[in-house]
Amino acid sequence: MTQGILVFIEERDNKIKKPSLEALGAARKLADQLNEPVIALRVGSGEPSVNLAQYGADKIISAPHELLNTYSTEGFCAAVVQIAAKLQPRFILGSASSMGKDLLPRVAAKLRVGLAQDCIEIHLVDGQQLECVRPMFAGKAYARVRLLMAPAIATLRPNVFSLGAPDAGRTAETEIFAPELNPAQIHASVKEIQVSAGQKIELTEANIIVSGGRGMKGPENFPIIQELANALEGAMGASRAAVDAGWIDHQHQVGQTGKTVSPTLYIACGISGAIQHLAGMSSSKYIVAINKDPEAPIFNVADYGIVGDLFSVVPALTQAVKSLKSS
Amino acid sequence: MKIVVCVKYVPDTATKIRIAPSGKEIDPADVAFVVNPYDEFAVEEALKIKEKRGGEVIVVGAGSEQASVGLRTCLAMGADSAILVQDPSLDKADSFVLGTVLARVCRNLNPDLVLFGKHAIGVDNGQVPAVVADQLDLPQASVVTKLDIQEKSFRAERDIEGAREIVEGSLPAVITAQKGLNTPRYASLKGIMAAKKKQIAIQTVEALGLSAQDLQPRVSIEQMTLPPSRPPGRILKGDVSEVVPQLLKLLHEEAKIL
Repeated sequence: MTQGILVFIEERDNKIKKPSLEALGAARKLADQLNEPVIALRVGSGEPSVNLAQYGADKIISAPHELLNTYSTEGFCAAVVQIAAKLQPRFILGSASSMGKDLLPRVAAKLRVGLAQDCIEIHLVDGQQLECVRPMFAGKAYARVRLLMAPAIATLRPNVFSLGAPDAGRTAETEIFAPELNPAQIHASVKEIQVSAGQKIELTEANIIVSGGRGMKGPENFPIIQELANALEGAMGASRAAVDAGWIDHQHQVGQTGKTVSPTLYIACGISGAIQHLAGMSSSKYIVAINKDPEAPIFNVADYGIVGDLFSVVPALTQAVKSLKSS
Repeated sequence: MKIVVCVKYVPDTATKIRIAPSGKEIDPADVAFVVNPYDEFAVEEALKIKEKRGGEVIVVGAGSEQASVGLRTCLAMGADSAILVQDPSLDKADSFVLGTVLARVCRNLNPDLVLFGKHAIGVDNGQVPAVVADQLDLPQASVVTKLDIQEKSFRAERDIEGAREIVEGSLPAVITAQKGLNTPRYASLKGIMAAKKKQIAIQTVEALGLSAQDLQPRVSIEQMTLPPSRPPGRILKGDVSEVVPQLLKLLHEEAKIL
């Protein structure tokens, strides 16, 4: 008897990640339709950094184990699979973060079921099957896919599912689950996490992104982009042209061979809007394009366009944002 | 060291996508196919490891006959041999089924290392490598930007949110390549000529001995659509001193961002 929705809660440095709360909220909506519980699963021990009940959990399971103190695909997978075997959930949801996209495919493989990655909508169909909308071809097409076997597993794209206000009236029961793990079943694990010096806000999690393209003319001009990003408390992105020219590291690349992003605001500076770039950012809520060429395809997707020289527009915008914020 | 690289033949990233009349797949007319760009990083890494440590590089594909064109490209880059599980049904198979097929091929090859691209451009699901790793009971490291292979172990770096994660593990292992891992080589003329003489071994799904349950679809595509078109935008008029305040006002009042 399958029942309930299991949500994998990701923690880094004992802090619960926001996309996991978004997944919890999405699970809550489906659970209300099914009249079934939402079970939040966290691997860490100690008090959770966020009250998960207030974000939609009916039950919070902690599964501490010394072999789960550092991330390993195999160890975490075994823990999730053991809990899934016990609870027989109808669905398993998580965020499409680096960890979620590594872990949940392995869980799906172990359970011999299907998986929908990076979903932007999830729905119930025929009463109890999970149907997901997920971008394919990096967003050039949307597919409505149905997961045919239980448990249905899906990862949800960060920043897409709205995070409702916590409901202070909600409570949840808590449970400790002791997974059975032994070192011999873990063949690889994380040894170290090096925090990047430059980018403080991850592109895929950023609410605002300012990106530079070929129009930047060289690596020496990217500080103009970074300054606007800083002023807006956003992240810096780049087009493939800029990355392939060696002007900026690939981890900033937005597009089909880079990251797919859905911020509230995307500001494209000196980016013409090649199809593979548009694929990676056209689901942004608001798009601003700054480009010299009025014919540039980026203007076709922009909400607000400025035809002009980015080297004068962007610094002026940075100044204006700074003075607005300080006023 | 025996290295298997699983390679998919996919629509080029420059392709304009149109939906087929069935509404469940893309229209294949006028679509140019290429080796999945992420798989090129995997092939390049395999060749670099072979150059350093010796051994062989086997590229494996699954799908209809045209997938052999992609495998031929990898042979021209320098892979030693290629295997194609030739079955048109695999072009539309879901990730679990495809992974199960590839896992069986890999098991028969008994490799020291299995490399993939981080996902196939198009499907964008990234589940196949995990299925192969799980079914062979191997460790995995996904979305890797730096890889160091020793005789019996590996050290991989992967970009995570705002940080870099170092994963260490034992071989054999399944590793998936991200952009940044290396710069794939172009096939040389000599390589292209040599590739013409190399055989692509054709296998059938039937001969792999998989069960009906193994091959049963887990996911169905109900409908494919183009993304909703964005409402027409507006071009702000004037010089910098005019457009910047206009933009801020719109972001504040309409978009409610600032």
